[in-house]
Amino acid sequence: MAAFLGLFRRDLSLALRQGGDTGLVLGFFVLAVILFPFGVGPEPEVLQRIGAGIIWVAALLAALLSLDRLFEADYRDGELDLLTLSNLPLELAVLAKCAAHWVATGLPLALTSPFLALLVDLDPGAIAILFVSLLVGTPALSLIGSVAAALSLGARRQGVVLSLLVLPLYIPPLIFGAGAVEASAVDGGARAYLLILCAISLAALAFCPWASAAALRQALE
Amino acid sequence: MINWLANPARFMRLSASAMPWCGWTAVIALTIGLFWSLVAAPPDYQQGDTVRIMYVHVPAAWMALSVYLFVAAASAVALVWRHPLADVAARAAAPIGAAFTFICLATGSLWGRPMWGAWWVWDARLTSVLILFFLYLGYIALVNAFDDPSRGGRAGAVLALVGIVNLPIIKFSVDWWNTLHQPASVLRVGGPTIAISMLVPLLIMALGFGLFFLTLLMLRMRTALNERKAAVLRLNAGAARGPRPERARTVSAHTAIP
Amino acid sequence: MMRDIGTFLAMGGYAGFVWTAYGIGFAVLGGLAAFSWRRYRDSIVALERLQHQLTGKR
Repeated sequence: MAAFLGLFRRDLSLALRQGGDTGLVLGFFVLAVILFPFGVGPEPEVLQRIGAGIIWVAALLAALLSLDRLFEADYRDGELDLLTLSNLPLELAVLAKCAAHWVATGLPLALTSPFLALLVDLDPGAIAILFVSLLVGTPALSLIGSVAAALSLGARRQGVVLSLLVLPLYIPPLIFGAGAVEASAVDGGARAYLLILCAISLAALAFCPWASAAALRQALE
Repeated sequence: MINWLANPARFMRLSASAMPWCGWTAVIALTIGLFWSLVAAPPDYQQGDTVRIMYVHVPAAWMALSVYLFVAAASAVALVWRHPLADVAARAAAPIGAAFTFICLATGSLWGRPMWGAWWVWDARLTSVLILFFLYLGYIALVNAFDDPSRGGRAGAVLALVGIVNLPIIKFSVDWWNTLHQPASVLRVGGPTIAISMLVPLLIMALGFGLFFLTLLMLRMRTALNERKAAVLRLNAGAARGPRPERARTVSAHTAIP
Repeated sequence: MMRDIGTFLAMGGYAGFVWTAYGIGFAVLGGLAAFSWRRYRDSIVALERLQHQLTGKR
């Protein structure tokens, strides 16, 4: 347990100290959402209709940006080899890194979303649902992303390969996350979507550390 | 049987004789299939002659899915049993599967335009196949992205298995998304449950595509094994030549400073 | 069932779609086969050349 918390704290402080990860992710998030009205026109009805989708897609792409750094530095300096040899099971090490990644990227994304939701003219009920959906869905993004990051570790043009891998895997959270906001127009309509989103995150929690660890072991062979 | 085929030399011997046989049977099946689809089969009473696109589209779809299952199965065998040829088989098959998926999407689009009035709709099935296409592309990109080919093979194997889990998830979520968001406003040309006169050419084309896949698979596997052997020979030739003394000195001097 | 060649090619007015579809199928599969075949021939040539070199040296 101590090892788990130690790794979590280390990764988190690295991410926050450099400021790079959180800043990059938030910067891209805000920029992407702001650009959309310029592309689709400023009519409030249009923006309201597609706003949730825009914010979710922007969050997804922003999360994607920070993924290649998840294992890269540790892979380079041999820290990853040490992790496989330590008492902490590799699966838990991956979980600790994903948790730190989420606190540094997913959580800020969720927290910023209400302000961006104002820019696309979502009403308060929808904003609340959007916030919850991102809160529940971004852990899945970190976990699923870790699998793709582990698979593409050490690859040439890792960014391209990572994006290509992550695209099919990110679609289910996206569908249910953005869909929850759409459905919130009907009273209690979002509940089913949010529950499924929870299920996706929980399934990712169960499956992804195991898959990422397997991929990491292949990388270190 | 799988273990018996594990020996690359045996595979090379078998495929040397099996490949031409498979290939020519594929040509015959495809020729008969093409004639039947284009000439002998009747035009549909609702869709007219566009129904002939079905004879390319549907077998391609069947192959797209089957080849992915093959890649996933071969990947499982490679990871779990470390079968030497399984990895080669998966990598050889993937581009063929991607080709079939592309054909499925393109011909589907060409069939949809005159029938539904749209080149593309975000129907659950179309979306799932599009994502399958990206899974193929991701797999091919991943196995080719590493300088060490065996690393690429292992990473690809893990991806193929993750993808298998993802396929039903995608299908389910897109189904839900499609029916709850967008009720199918697609003009579904019902048509009769398929007549024998249409079923036969369909099956012949499917057979032809299947044989084509097997032939091309063997061809690509043989190529991969040849290339591996050549790489090993090159390594041995280099080792046999031995290190040249002057070069060794120069190398160490340059690598002393990081 | 033999219609004349003109009606056959016209495909009931859907010629553009049907022939493009078959054309794409043919082009993609044929292209992949040709590319794979060429690579296969190259691999054989390269292997033979290497084996020649090694036996020649000895």
